[in-house]
Amino acid sequence: MSPPPLRPAPMWPADVLRVGGYGLRSRPLRVVLSALGIAIGIAAMIGVVGISASSAQEIERRLSAFGTNLLTVSAGQGVGNDPVHLPDTAIGMIGAIPGVESVSAVGRTEARVYRNDHIPARRTGGIVVYAARTDLPAVIRSRMAAGAWLTAATGTFPAVVLGAAAASELGVVETGVDSLVWLGDRWFTVVGILAANDLISDFDYGAFVGWPAARAGLAFDGHPTTIYTRAADDAVRTVQPLLGATANPEDPGAVDVSRPSDALAAKQETEQTLRGLLLGLGAVALLVGGVGVANAMVISVLERRSEIGLRRSLGATRGQIRTQFLAEALLLSLLGGAGGGLLGTALTAIFASYQGWRTVVPAWAIAGGVGATLVIGGLAGLYPARRAARMAPTEALLAP
Amino acid sequence: MHLAGVSKRYGAVSALESADLRIERGELLAVVGPSGSGKSTLLNIMGTLDRPTAGNLRIDGYGVAELSDRELSALRARTIGFVFQQFHLAAGVPALDIVADGLLYGGRRRADRRRAAERALRRVGLGHRLRHRPHELSGGEQQRVAVARAVLGDPPLLMADEPTGNLDSASGAAVLDLLRDLHGGGTTVVLITHDRDLAAGLPREVRLKDGKIAEEVRR
Ligand SMILES: Nc1ncnc2c1ncn2[C@@H]1O[C@H](COP(=O)(O)OP(=O)(O)OP(=O)(O)O)[C@@H](O)[C@H]1O
Ligand SMILES: [Mg+2]
Repeated sequence: MSPPPLRPAPMWPADVLRVGGYGLRSRPLRVVLSALGIAIGIAAMIGVVGISASSAQEIERRLSAFGTNLLTVSAGQGVGNDPVHLPDTAIGMIGAIPGVESVSAVGRTEARVYRNDHIPARRTGGIVVYAARTDLPAVIRSRMAAGAWLTAATGTFPAVVLGAAAASELGVVETGVDSLVWLGDRWFTVVGILAANDLISDFDYGAFVGWPAARAGLAFDGHPTTIYTRAADDAVRTVQPLLGATANPEDPGAVDVSRPSDALAAKQETEQTLRGLLLGLGAVALLVGGVGVANAMVISVLERRSEIGLRRSLGATRGQIRTQFLAEALLLSLLGGAGGGLLGTALTAIFASYQGWRTVVPAWAIAGGVGATLVIGGLAGLYPARRAARMAPTEALLAP
Repeated sequence: MHLAGVSKRYGAVSALESADLRIERGELLAVVGPSGSGKSTLLNIMGTLDRPTAGNLRIDGYGVAELSDRELSALRARTIGFVFQQFHLAAGVPALDIVADGLLYGGRRRADRRRAAERALRRVGLGHRLRHRPHELSGGEQQRVAVARAVLGDPPLLMADEPTGNLDSASGAAVLDLLRDLHGGGTTVVLITHDRDLAAGLPREVRLKDGKIAEEVRR
């Protein structure tokens, strides 16, 4: 009569987890230190991906707010560094190009603007005074932070609209008859303040007066220096090459044509290159972290030979010992990964809020981080776990 | 349990030489002998922790030589309880959980294991020390925790390697009483000791010398 077959009882999953976590609970300091490498690697990668995703989202937001169909035409430098003005006819000519939806312009003046009439004339604060057409905000899609833009009526008076940075530089917080600045040797009333413009940041440091007022009081010659135009989205590519010759048929080379959204898109591209580099660095940190976990596990197995022997005497199979140490390595690196994920997300949130962006941490980055952590923990734990499982029970029990 | 011509060699050292031994169910016997005579080697082989280099061992009808490592593990989990000389209690773990781990590889649920552990600890007189960690227990109490872990699942076979070696006579007597109790309940108990007086008080005594069974005494 042969006895019934012997079959080891499978362990409950909760027990596998508890036994895997046992080694971690009994050595908290080593756990923290060896999980740190993985945490740093994951934090670096999540941070890099998060910050660049937040930045990309911000650029996306600006592009959709201001559109990618804005083109600028500016007077370039002529021979002998004389600033070349655009001909008066340029605005009308550009408006007649098929596909152009709207046109507006500013003319740079030499006038200076001050808080009051006591400031010495040299201290200009970098604010540029422009003569601006009344349809400018519609073309560049600027919004008002306070007051109103110049109208046909206010454009003939000593009235001024300030850019966001210019207003704070001049200490202007409100608009109206009591809000005055000293502009070109006389008082101007601030009728409006522009909201910050992300696409044309030059205008943040601008002071805008009406075309007629500039001609009358600021020795402005009436020639536009920069023309802003919006083309239909599908016509941007055909309009752009025509602008130079249209604006200044006599000297097309003296005209700079640009598309402000290109600069943003280019910024996005450089950020992507940088991101690749930083991701590589994060991967190296992760690898080093994995080696740290493997090292900690090898030491742990050596130190715990008598525990292994005891478990074998209690009936643990080789497989159960292997599973225990593999689970321990996985938990260890998962702990590092979770810490790193939190750290990376926190870094992203801090950086984004500092920049005034919305925090974006893509789900794929989190999933990738968890996946990478598990793979690394598994690889790091494989050898120590096999080694633990191969130990003979008596040999293990002999250890102190 | 039946050993037939069992030998164990470590390289040139012959730790055990053609030992023949038959232990019936429910026996209580002592293995005695001077240091290095092969007592622990015999226990490891009888407990299936080690395989003999020659000879045959049958436990409970199973031919140990034919069993795989997995099957041996299952046999240990089900049939054999060990009490080691060095206790082997996990530092920082409450006594209740240490004892409950005696059934960890038996497939029973945790709540179930802990209930059994509490019962076992009460049985060894440590009902008031359930939450104490090893360093908060005396040597005798630690040894009783180890015994509680070994007998938790009521294994038919209990192997104890010098369970009283590290204890003063009072604690040693308490542990011995415990083993007698278990024997009274039907458990087969193999007790290794170098204490001749202790061995003389047991029904059967196997004397080892230089790896050989030198003499057997039954009372
Ligand atoms: N792993 C091993 N490698 C080599 N020799 C060993 C090993 N284990 C035991 N021996 C040898 O086998 C012999 C018997 O050892 P064993 O541990 O069985 O003695 P023991 O009777 O239990 O002694 P003690 O009373 O000191 O515990 C000794 O001579 C020992 O040196
Ligand atoms: Mg010994």
